[in-house]
Amino acid sequence: MSARNAILKRLRERLDGPLSAPESDFTVATNRGWSQEERLARFERWIGSVHGEVVHVDEARWTEALAGVLADKGVRRLALGKRHPVAAEARSALADADVELVDVDRDIEQWQREQFESVDAGLTSTRGAIAETGSLWLWPTPDEPRLISLVPPLHIAVLDADTLADTFFDVVERHGWADGMPTNALLISGPSKTADIEQTLAYGVHGPRELVVIVRHAGDSAGISR
Amino acid sequence: MSGQPPGVETYTPREFHRQAHDALGNPQIRANFRKAMDGLMSKRRDSFDDWDLETLRELGANIRLRALARLPDLLEQLEANCEANGIRVHWAEDGDEACRIVREICESHGARSVIKGKSMVSEEMHLNAHLEEAGIEALESDLGEYLVQLNQQTPSHIIMPAIHLNTDEISEILHDKTGTERSRDVDYMTAAARQQLRERFMAADVGVSGVNFAVAETGTLCLVENEGNGRMTTTVPPVHVAVTGIEKVVEQLRDVPPLYALLTRSATGQHVTTYFNMISSPRKEGEHDGPKEVHLVLVDSGRSRIYQDDELLDTLRCIRCGACMNHCPVYTRVGGHTYGTTYPGPIGSILSPHLMGLEETKDLPTASSLCGACGEVCPVKIPIPDLLVRLRKESVGEGRGNVPGAGIKRTRKEVAAWKGFQWLATHPGAWRSGTAVAGKLRALTPAKLGAWTDYRTAPKPAGTTLHALVKRHQASKSHEPNSKSHEEER
Repeated sequence: MSARNAILKRLRERLDGPLSAPESDFTVATNRGWSQEERLARFERWIGSVHGEVVHVDEARWTEALAGVLADKGVRRLALGKRHPVAAEARSALADADVELVDVDRDIEQWQREQFESVDAGLTSTRGAIAETGSLWLWPTPDEPRLISLVPPLHIAVLDADTLADTFFDVVERHGWADGMPTNALLISGPSKTADIEQTLAYGVHGPRELVVIVRHAGDSAGISR
Repeated sequence: MSGQPPGVETYTPREFHRQAHDALGNPQIRANFRKAMDGLMSKRRDSFDDWDLETLRELGANIRLRALARLPDLLEQLEANCEANGIRVHWAEDGDEACRIVREICESHGARSVIKGKSMVSEEMHLNAHLEEAGIEALESDLGEYLVQLNQQTPSHIIMPAIHLNTDEISEILHDKTGTERSRDVDYMTAAARQQLRERFMAADVGVSGVNFAVAETGTLCLVENEGNGRMTTTVPPVHVAVTGIEKVVEQLRDVPPLYALLTRSATGQHVTTYFNMISSPRKEGEHDGPKEVHLVLVDSGRSRIYQDDELLDTLRCIRCGACMNHCPVYTRVGGHTYGTTYPGPIGSILSPHLMGLEETKDLPTASSLCGACGEVCPVKIPIPDLLVRLRKESVGEGRGNVPGAGIKRTRKEVAAWKGFQWLATHPGAWRSGTAVAGKLRALTPAKLGAWTDYRTAPKPAGTTLHALVKRHQASKSHEPNSKSHEEER
């Protein structure tokens, strides 16, 4: 008998008889009832607590904020997509800037060392974020592949304020994740970190040392009080 | 434990007492663990501030119970959905078979170099040694695992593998093995390891990872981590092999958020980890990165035997957070290596006997004061103290006999002693005269009673038995005029 069948047979012919499955009440994972202001405050507090930087900006002027971040961080080579509106708008806004735009719609085999060694930052869109934990959620695409949020030392993520949800559970339920998962779905909550050396926190152990979240607010939003 | 290079520190559960003795006498080990565990306990306490923790634990336990109740069906569903997504699923009866499967996948790609994300199951099956025997280098990429591997050790904690090492020791290891400067600067050491490992990620032929939750409903493998090495391992090399125990499956995607919330807070007191990485397929047509092949190896290794028994079943609820060891007064004092098993601490003491047999692990269920801290903090409410007691019973042949090695500690002398005690305690006349005689002869009690009196004075029977005292007391009370004195006596 194959290992598979032997294992399944043992599980099915359980000595103490079949088990009954309890129902689950998920109330504790949802129904936070936060206002948009509370959501934003929580998101910023939590992602800030793990070294994520948050920049608030009016959506019409977000590329100016991006240019500001790139200048602050000394980014000379920025990896980004082409088709997603975030990438397209960034490309046109940065056309004349002193930043080299690196195409990511290439098979990694063709440019792995370049990506690992000579890209200063990766720019990605996000599908939304989670207030309770200060997490971004990303479903990487051919336009914005998996590694550009991981390999460059700086990850710049663009988040629309109105996509902020209360909890991870809410995101999974409301966006119907169970109906079709992408190749890779990610929650990202801050830059890469470790505490493996005597509990001392250090950032950028394998992934980005820095994470900047540009939060775009719709024109009349009250969220840009800072 | 075969296949380890010579000179490596080896620990075995057979030598638990000696190893505990050595660890207790090592001030460095004591200090490193005490400091780390104190920090972890207070961080965990703070991290549940906003939560109705009991309700969340109840839900966590309930989700795991539901998954176990439907385990065979869910495993088949997981397999079908993974295969439909393009993930190839393999089944292994034990660690050796799992090692063989991983090795054959490596060999089919002519792989010479494997990069690994943290995986306790791969530790359990000694995958690195197996691959190295086949001439395939297996390099750990989690910083703690990397340090432990450089130092030719095994992890001393399931979440923080290098917790037994302090900054100076780590500086020395990195200096010796990789040529970095001696430094107490953690950022410098971390950056050095980043540089060393990035080269290895690029060169690796295969990435091997564990799995935190495998979702049957969607065929999704979930990995929890902070460093990004897990994402690197599962994205950079052309082939990804995930290995996991058959109990790691959950039914639905919605089961994942509560377990994830419990896991990170219980493990390290974090409200969330940096990355939650959910993998549902290999690289698809038109995608530009990610492995072209993804394999899932489902390992039994004794788990289906645990599954047979209603009480032992609870062992399989575990989500491997390590909170039980962080809160264990024994673990904190003797450290992780002392147990000599892949999984140390309370969870190790209730799991290892099933994986390795009680012949090897007979001392582990007794490595507990039964204080109950482990059961109180367990995020999925595993009654760990009850399971420790059950395994103690099994080890002396007083259980159901369905744990390998059951009865290994049974001795005729002990059985006779307890039988005698049982008879005495159920025969009041004999008990009374027996205890009275013991009281009369108390001066003859030996001062040395084996190991018991190494640190304690020998107990002596009381001159007057409690029974006699109570009788005398009642007799004197019956002469009292009313019950008022009863109140006064309190």
